[in-house]
Amino acid sequence: MELLLLTFLPLVGALVILLTPRAAEGVQRGIALVTTLAVAVLGVRLYWGYEAGGDPTKYIFEVPWFSLPSAYAAPTLVYFRLGLDGLSLLMVALTAVLMPVVILSTWGHVGKRVKEFMVWMLVMQTGMLGTFLALDLVLFYFFWEISLIPLYFLVGIWGGERRLYATVKFFLYTLAGSLVMMLAIIAILYQHGTSNVYDLINLLCRLPVERQLWYFGAFALAFGIKVPILPFHTWLPDAHTEAPTSGSVVLAGVLLKMGTYGLLRFCIHMLPGAAVAASPWMMALGAIGILYGALLAWAQTDLKRLIACSSVSHLGYVVLGLFALTPAGLSGGMLQMVNHGISTGLLFLLVGMIYERRHSRALDAFGGVATVMPVFAVFWVFTVLSSVGLPGLNGFVGEYLVLLGAFQANPLWSVIGLTGVIFGAVYMLMATRKMLFGACTKPENQHLTDINAREIVLMLPLVVLAVWLGLRPGDFTSKAEPSLALVQQRILEARQRNATASLELDLPSPAGASVPATQSGAEGVAAR
Amino acid sequence: MQSHESHAWLWWIPLLPLIGSAIAGALHLATLRARKNDPSAAAPGTLAPWIACAAMAAAFGLSVKGFFALQELAPSARHLASTVHHWISVNYPARGEFAVDLSLVLDPLSSTMTLVVTGVGFLIHVYAAGYMKGDPGYGKFFAYLNLFVFAMLMLVLSSSLLGVFIGWEGVGLCSFLLIGFWYEKGWPAEAAQKAFVMNRVGDACFLIGSFLLVRLFGTLDMSLIAGAIGRGPVELEPDVQLQVSLAALFLFGGACGKSAQFPLFTWLPDAMAGPTPVSALIHAATMVTSGIYLIVRLNPLFASAGWVLPVIGVVGALTALIGGSTALVQRDIKKVLAYSTVSQLGYMFLALGTGAWAAAVFHLVTHAFFKALLFLGAGSVIHGMHEEQDMHKMGGLRKHMPQTFVTFLAGSAALSGLPLMSGFFSKDEILAHAFASGGLYWGLWIVGVLTAALTAYYTWRMVALTFFGEERFDHHHVHPHESPAVMTVPLMVLAVLSVVGGALGLPPVLHAPHLLAEWLEPVTRDGTRILAERAGEHHLSHTLEWILLGVGAAIALAFAHTGFHAHKRGTAQDEVLTSRRPALAAWLSDAWTIDSTYQRVILLPLRMVSFVVAVVVDQFAIDGTVNGVGASARDVAQWTRRSVTGSLAGYALWMGAGAVVLSLVWMWS
Repeated sequence: MELLLLTFLPLVGALVILLTPRAAEGVQRGIALVTTLAVAVLGVRLYWGYEAGGDPTKYIFEVPWFSLPSAYAAPTLVYFRLGLDGLSLLMVALTAVLMPVVILSTWGHVGKRVKEFMVWMLVMQTGMLGTFLALDLVLFYFFWEISLIPLYFLVGIWGGERRLYATVKFFLYTLAGSLVMMLAIIAILYQHGTSNVYDLINLLCRLPVERQLWYFGAFALAFGIKVPILPFHTWLPDAHTEAPTSGSVVLAGVLLKMGTYGLLRFCIHMLPGAAVAASPWMMALGAIGILYGALLAWAQTDLKRLIACSSVSHLGYVVLGLFALTPAGLSGGMLQMVNHGISTGLLFLLVGMIYERRHSRALDAFGGVATVMPVFAVFWVFTVLSSVGLPGLNGFVGEYLVLLGAFQANPLWSVIGLTGVIFGAVYMLMATRKMLFGACTKPENQHLTDINAREIVLMLPLVVLAVWLGLRPGDFTSKAEPSLALVQQRILEARQRNATASLELDLPSPAGASVPATQSGAEGVAAR
Repeated sequence: MQSHESHAWLWWIPLLPLIGSAIAGALHLATLRARKNDPSAAAPGTLAPWIACAAMAAAFGLSVKGFFALQELAPSARHLASTVHHWISVNYPARGEFAVDLSLVLDPLSSTMTLVVTGVGFLIHVYAAGYMKGDPGYGKFFAYLNLFVFAMLMLVLSSSLLGVFIGWEGVGLCSFLLIGFWYEKGWPAEAAQKAFVMNRVGDACFLIGSFLLVRLFGTLDMSLIAGAIGRGPVELEPDVQLQVSLAALFLFGGACGKSAQFPLFTWLPDAMAGPTPVSALIHAATMVTSGIYLIVRLNPLFASAGWVLPVIGVVGALTALIGGSTALVQRDIKKVLAYSTVSQLGYMFLALGTGAWAAAVFHLVTHAFFKALLFLGAGSVIHGMHEEQDMHKMGGLRKHMPQTFVTFLAGSAALSGLPLMSGFFSKDEILAHAFASGGLYWGLWIVGVLTAALTAYYTWRMVALTFFGEERFDHHHVHPHESPAVMTVPLMVLAVLSVVGGALGLPPVLHAPHLLAEWLEPVTRDGTRILAERAGEHHLSHTLEWILLGVGAAIALAFAHTGFHAHKRGTAQDEVLTSRRPALAAWLSDAWTIDSTYQRVILLPLRMVSFVVAVVVDQFAIDGTVNGVGASARDVAQWTRRSVTGSLAGYALWMGAGAVVLSLVWMWS
């Protein structure tokens, strides 16, 4: 029930806001803030209470939903099934904690149509939480799509000048990926007679690698666009540049993590054979993405676009770590998902604050801002350090584990990824220098006011988390590790299976290795 | 053997400066707030140096306590540890675990470093209290300075390589903040960025080295790694040997970044943009010696690394020569000292390349004394000359600043290796080791002797131009004056140390004990033994040692004399070189044009690649394809624009309709 409450509380808040009169903007803001704060409290309580490696059924809520035809006599029963485990825990907590921050940030930049804005924000939170918690493929797809729509409106209505171009591009691009994923889901449902994710995790790993790779490709395309993985990333800088601050924070902080979460949950855990086979390619994409994103960021002149490109680079670490398929890589990739949410979230918040004052994001428009906005400068430098992975702050542990894990799998991609450590410092410090340092000569900058108490308060939770994650990452990884260990177990099995399969393929027998596996899989389902 | 008792008090050594930093930072913020209302208000920031100096004094006191605590123990048991908690752990049942503890270890090596960092650091803090007086960022300065000391102490006290890395990047950060302290001027901010980025290149190498160590040993605890190598066979399997060599090479790459060695040294001269106490503390006495510390700490690894040691020696000698020759022609007094630091660090790496671990630390310690002294003396000069750094605009200052002058002489004597000064003994020991190693190292010895000659020359040129000859400054605007006692007393203490510091490591021919080598012996034992077993031991006869000492003394005296007399009458000698050999002069003053070559060969092409990626690859190729595929998107956009009406009921209707359609599709499919 807790999970149900957590997921739908934002939706309830949205409905309440719908009932308020349009002019009561203060009330709408208040309701949104209270709702997200309540969700945050629930989320944090759930997080603390979560016993890693304990009874998994404790955190599952399910009711039968509807049935679909299947290849077997019995129809496929679709459940409304929410469940929490180590793979989703950190993402749920991140979503819950980030949203009040986002809502509080809108005081500064959402002046028109506040009511609808808050409604969409809350609907989006339900969609995101549902996506992370759904343990039924159909339900997952449902929430996945739900979370797409609000962002469309957030950017389309409250966005910048080229918002229409950005929204359509983002919407169609993501939708195209989702449709391919839907085809794969339909195929899986039809072939295997269940949409229960845990059952499918047990079933699909026995499929021959070639079959797994088909599903893998479809899922990876949808998730890869969302993450985004090179070369599907060009929608992201456009969407970020045009989105309002709060939209950017949610997009970077949570929505992109739906992609990396999907990669972990479905592409790796559910299809380990394919993951092992595709690992070198995915690692290559991750590592090249790190370098590519960094070079891209270096060439930007718009502050927000620069951070958007840095996201491409930072998410490359996540992909590199996850697909290294080593313990350090998995833990590091998981941590890096949270880290990116915190540091990039903070960066977008800060860019929003300066944009609200200066009405420009062009790097050349600034210079010497530190002299007029010293407190802003402190927060900015702190965030930059967290983003470039200074040890002691959050970014470092994730990056180190990712690169260590990748090094154990393939030193080449780790070393290429390491260039991101250098270039990350290059473009972040370049931006910092151009914005904060030097003489404050431009008249527009000389009377900028420093950030106010509200802005400090809304950033504090993220600042605290950045330090906490940097000093005691174990408080976070230890909760995820038992679940990640199960993933690791699947990977080891898949390695063995792939090895024996390739051995058997060498045999003269024409029967092939894949037939018995499929049969036993089908029998397994039929016997249920 | 090792004491397993936990010595939690060790944590106070780094934590005290951290607390000091926090208080000083808070005072600075309070100052900002007070100034906002009333610019003339008594600023709370003036309390910051008291706090910072008190933190340093207390940390130094604890370091002394640690030193005596170690001395009471038997040499092999000198190892006090305190572990706080697991920092990073990856624990997967089937695959073993990877864990990093945050743990501090006090042993003879870290004790030596701690004493230097807190001791010299304390003196520089006191000096800075006078030097930075009146700066609007007074409190901020001490917050950064104390933060730096915290990071530096974490670096030298951590037992794990990743703990070292916390300090390693932490000192890099503080270096960044302090180089760019006067960021309003613009160029300090650029110098700060350059320092950070070049250090990052080294740090990336450091990380690769650490990955290889994890692969080899499954741990990053340096005592465990050193112990494992010390216990293991001297001859390694070829593939293990390769990995050990690569690990050592990459860690050395990290050391090159932090300790400003070729090819990563070009950030250090630019770093002089920071306030002078920063140059003394960070860019002379402490941070830049981190690389030497790291290699000595892992000496069994480097002793087993085969061809890596000669590489280190060659890089060290080359850097020493580049730095020394460039210092010859600098006009900025701080640039002379900066290139001199690069050069002296090169000597330390030359020592490491010969496996003379204790000699490297010896030179590290004496250099910390005399180079901190020289920088602070230069700061005193700059202070008295109203922020003038060009030596061609100085001259004759000995009458105006007698205390600064006398202490500066002591520092110069030590740097140039005049007989019986601290630098004489430490430099001689390094050169003697190089000479004894033979083969390739004879070549390095020649380079080392040549650099010693250059060192003596540029040091005394600097003394002559600054303190002797006619007064070349504008008497109407510049009134040179001696600095206050808060600045000159630290100079005097450092001057005494620079003169007598050589007593720490007297050469064997004098039949006196080499105190520092004996003190460090428990740490360097394994590395020395492995090296002896692999390459054989080298000993010099007493006659040869006397000859080498004599040669060193003669060269130092001769070139100090030449340098002094060529320049004591003014700037004419400098103009001789620039007019007769302008190309050579330009090449030397630009540090062999290495930095401008980087700009041209590395930075510019990378910048172009970045633009090509952004414009051609990303916008044109990838995004062009995307937009091409979505050509019909424009029509859709027209259609969707109508749907973005802002009417919530309208959206709800669409969502409902969509849901219905989807459900229908599912039911009938």
